[in-house]
Amino acid sequence: MGTLTASDLRKGLRIEIAGAPYIVTEFSFLKPGKGASIYNCKLKHMVTGSTLTRSYRSNDSFQEPNLEERTMRYSYAEGDQYVFMDKNFEQVNVNAEVLGNSRFFLVEDIEVQVLIHNDRPIGVELPTFVEKEIIETEPGARGNTATNVTKPAKIAAGYEIQVPLFVNQGDVVKIDTRTGGYSDRVRVAKI
Amino acid sequence: MPLADFKPVIEIRAKTLRAIRQFFYDRDFLEVESPIRIPAPALELHIDAIPAAGKYLRTSPELHMKRLLAAGYQRIFQLGPCFRDGERGERHNPEFTMLEWYRADADYLAILVDAKALIAAVAESVLGRTLLKIHRKQIKSGPEAGQPELTPRRSGAATDCLCSHGTLPPCGLQCLYVELMPVWEVFTIAQAFTIFAGWDPVALFDPDRFDLDLVNKVEPWLPLEHPVVLMDYPAEAAALARRKPDNPRVAERWELYIGGLELANAFSELTDPAEQRTRFETCAADRRALGKPVYPLDEDFLSALEEGLPPSAGIALGVDRLVMLLAGADSLDEVLPFR
Repeated sequence: MGTLTASDLRKGLRIEIAGAPYIVTEFSFLKPGKGASIYNCKLKHMVTGSTLTRSYRSNDSFQEPNLEERTMRYSYAEGDQYVFMDKNFEQVNVNAEVLGNSRFFLVEDIEVQVLIHNDRPIGVELPTFVEKEIIETEPGARGNTATNVTKPAKIAAGYEIQVPLFVNQGDVVKIDTRTGGYSDRVRVAKI
Repeated sequence: MPLADFKPVIEIRAKTLRAIRQFFYDRDFLEVESPIRIPAPALELHIDAIPAAGKYLRTSPELHMKRLLAAGYQRIFQLGPCFRDGERGERHNPEFTMLEWYRADADYLAILVDAKALIAAVAESVLGRTLLKIHRKQIKSGPEAGQPELTPRRSGAATDCLCSHGTLPPCGLQCLYVELMPVWEVFTIAQAFTIFAGWDPVALFDPDRFDLDLVNKVEPWLPLEHPVVLMDYPAEAAALARRKPDNPRVAERWELYIGGLELANAFSELTDPAEQRTRFETCAADRRALGKPVYPLDEDFLSALEEGLPPSAGIALGVDRLVMLLAGADSLDEVLPFR
């Protein structure tokens, strides 16, 4: 992996600090008259989410973290391990903790981006929208098309979302994986 | 932002340039121009020039201006572009407009009198008043975690914005009012560092700590409600300035801050050719040690000093930052249409 210097710093850059990958979330360039350049950064640990504030100077250098983004498909879950496979059927196991709530939105064979740091998966990016079946909700008020009144509904694994009143058990809905919220109804259950 | 939306700030810039010129015409200053592509930029440890076809784009017109002083020109000013490699941020652009003016037979305090009159005259001419209203995304009002306990709260009231911007308030910005006249609060560097950073760089200079503490501990806590002048820098932090006759640890240099924004740097000029050559050579060695490009010595400038530069003083003022202040802007992005 390459070496970076302070002048490469910008919002979104990923650097390694004490062996851990960090992403620059805030950045400002400061330079007093006749003085040295100071690069002030807020950094977020890409695994734990903890933050740091650091001031760097022109001659500081960093290692680029060994990060790899792989396109993979979701295969199956076994206990708290979620198994993804690439097109060569090479397999990567991701812990439930790394997936967080994303694990509720996985659909078999869905294409995701798995972020790997030094051979260890640290994040999984899902498509923005996934389709999930409603497995449990109170019967809907037929004909009520208002979207501003909602009720709870469960998808597989018991994850609860808020849906409009017209959504019924067996309907398939679109979920925004960034917010984990209901977005649209895509199919009505056959009765 | 579309170019058409820059019309108000383009007009403020035009009025600013006109007011600056008028100010100096009224005081019998001669407007001069000097080359933009030069063979030998002034050697400074932290100012890097952009190479241009065998020469360099000037980082400042300073050395040419001083040659004019040595040739007998008494009061001169120049407005024009300068270039500094690698300087880019909310308050920096590698290409910017600089105003410099110089007086023979004067010191840095005479330049301070000029600066105060200039800022007031330009604000009156552009805005019709000397009260600036600046919109800021965020203004620090107290110490953050990690700041020393002794850090006082910052003076100068920044309040949630209640102006109407065509939309209903609040707009999420803060409003800062700066009255340009008549108070300009002066701190010596020794005072400012002792209050805000807890040490005195004049007594014992530490170059690494000096720049870091200046931007992270001193500048963020300077009063905001009126202009602030930091004065009398450690001699090590002023490559082209004269030392104080009664205290050689201190250089006769001051910096102007308005609304927390560093706007201008002035000093009594170093006129001793031997000391100037030594400082350039030391700086060249330091740059070489850091792996930075080393520029040739400007022998024409050094000969001018040998022939005799009268005691004189000068200043460099960032015009884009002045336009930012007059436009009430928080970033150069708001005032540079082609950035």
